[in-house]
Amino acid sequence: MSLYTLWGALEIGLIFSLVALGVLISFRILVFPDLTVDGSFPLGGAVAATMIAAGFDPFLSTFVAILAGAVAGFITAWLNVRLKIMDLLASILMMIALYSINLRVMGKPNIPLISEPTIFTVLQPEWIPDFIARPLILLVVVTGVKLLLDWFFSCEIGLAMRATGANARMARAQGIATGRATLAGMALANALVAFAGALFAQTQGGADISMGIGTIVIGLAAVIIGENILPARRLVWTTLAVILGAILYRFFIALALNSDFIGLQAQDLNLVTAVLVMLALVLPMGKRKLKLLKKGA
Amino acid sequence: MFKLSTSLRAIAGALALGVVCASALAADKVVAITSFVEHPALDAVRDGTKDELIAEGFEPGKNLKWDFQSAQGNAGTAGQIAKKFVGDNPDAIVVIGTPSAQPMVASTKTIPVVYSAIADPMAAQLVKDWKPSGTNVTGLSHMLDPVKQVEIIRRVVPNAKRVGIVYNPGEANSVSALNNIKGELQKQGITLVEAAAPRSVDVAPAAKSLIGKIDVMYSTTDNNVVSVFESLAKVCNDAKIPLIASDTGSVKRGAVAALGVNFYDLGRQTGRVVARILKGEKAGDIASSTSKNLELYVNTAAAQKQGVTLTPEFLKSATKVLN
Repeated sequence: MSLYTLWGALEIGLIFSLVALGVLISFRILVFPDLTVDGSFPLGGAVAATMIAAGFDPFLSTFVAILAGAVAGFITAWLNVRLKIMDLLASILMMIALYSINLRVMGKPNIPLISEPTIFTVLQPEWIPDFIARPLILLVVVTGVKLLLDWFFSCEIGLAMRATGANARMARAQGIATGRATLAGMALANALVAFAGALFAQTQGGADISMGIGTIVIGLAAVIIGENILPARRLVWTTLAVILGAILYRFFIALALNSDFIGLQAQDLNLVTAVLVMLALVLPMGKRKLKLLKKGA
Repeated sequence: MFKLSTSLRAIAGALALGVVCASALAADKVVAITSFVEHPALDAVRDGTKDELIAEGFEPGKNLKWDFQSAQGNAGTAGQIAKKFVGDNPDAIVVIGTPSAQPMVASTKTIPVVYSAIADPMAAQLVKDWKPSGTNVTGLSHMLDPVKQVEIIRRVVPNAKRVGIVYNPGEANSVSALNNIKGELQKQGITLVEAAAPRSVDVAPAAKSLIGKIDVMYSTTDNNVVSVFESLAKVCNDAKIPLIASDTGSVKRGAVAALGVNFYDLGRQTGRVVARILKGEKAGDIASSTSKNLELYVNTAAAQKQGVTLTPEFLKSATKVLN
């Protein structure tokens, strides 16, 4: 495995850590099974790519992409909170609708960003090669997002959101507008996912209508891996854990891509990834059992 | 409280193992090839490339290391495969499908990249035009040559003056195919009559609206039209209007004829370009091109229904004749 592979895994892992943070907010904090993610990730990419290709500033384009994601998440929550559509179904409806919307936004299935300026080409100092510069820029971005989220979830609105997810009835009894908390939380979650999509399009040479497929699976896997390797009660640690989980997931894929030496082939990729993730989840459990056995003896 | 657990250590060990084993493998020439998904057309391109390389004397396992990776439809994985290939620094990289080609071209400016089965390499910004790019990128497109398409229309209906097309204005590939053939038809003094079908259910009514205004119906690889091709064929059968398609699969579904791309052959052409690069040519000096050997499929039963008499020479030139 080469240095490029490792930096590449870090780059894509950091981008997907924003998806993981979004999924953490919807699935874990609000307890809202949200599949909108599969649509809001390409939405972010589509909006950013379309605007950049049309000549807009990459930072402005990325910002609008984030807003678009927030709107998508808000509508999903609105379908659930105001129209009383079951949460899972509301998010599926939104995910399906976003496919058409993304095609509309782009006007065609694929928008290349190979020669256009991106936030990475603007920020990148010339003396650092881009395979190293991009992960470093992303590291700063993701760290910033993490710290902001940690702060947000310790302030009043954030705490209200956490209470809504933990026990909605109790939260209402305490005077929290749980509907509003869900709307805001879902907007925030999908804004993060769209942000990831916008960054993805800018690092991978463009946006494609197919780029969203399986995003939710990757996000969930990252959250679960993270919670497993770094089990913690405090949110500050959990946000760190899911970021690590997302990066680790990418290292598993990098490893699976380099597994030809044990006779595995290209079509085995997803299986190898699944087995590696499974091992990561099971191994810590084995250790705990071992401890228990020792105590027993 | 937490601890970085055993799994992390296990991963570190596995990563180290990967580094050791990857460096242990070394062959004369290395070709890395990736496709976005595995499906019959794209697999045919991959196998064609491999067979042509073998014919050129580069045998996988002997004097060639052949590294195939599939992104299995996942954009993130496609990005990681691009990074892996750059790190492996092979002699040539082959990319099949636009979502795999773009991250690859965005990741390296030095390693030769040969794209294949890309409908419109200019729209995907892989190359600027059909000329040698001067960059590290070249390849093969399956874009259809409008001259050859018009030629087939004229061979089936020699005195055609008006050609009808049903298409989806919301589908980029369809619109570009339409504009592609429009210019060539105009050059030859043939008018193009368009009818929009934004949904599959609109295809038959749109086709009916063209009857009386056209001498022959032509279909692009428009997804809406191809998905309900039988209904288009029925309109043409009823009105005795010859229907010509641009993908061979539609011939058995009711078109008189189609001149389409053979993806295995496109792979052989790709293999030839890769071989030239392995023998020392620069990718930037090789012009991008489209498929050279197209396949002509003919359906005699449909010809009868649509009131066309096909010449024996035309039937003889067909790759495949369906009855």
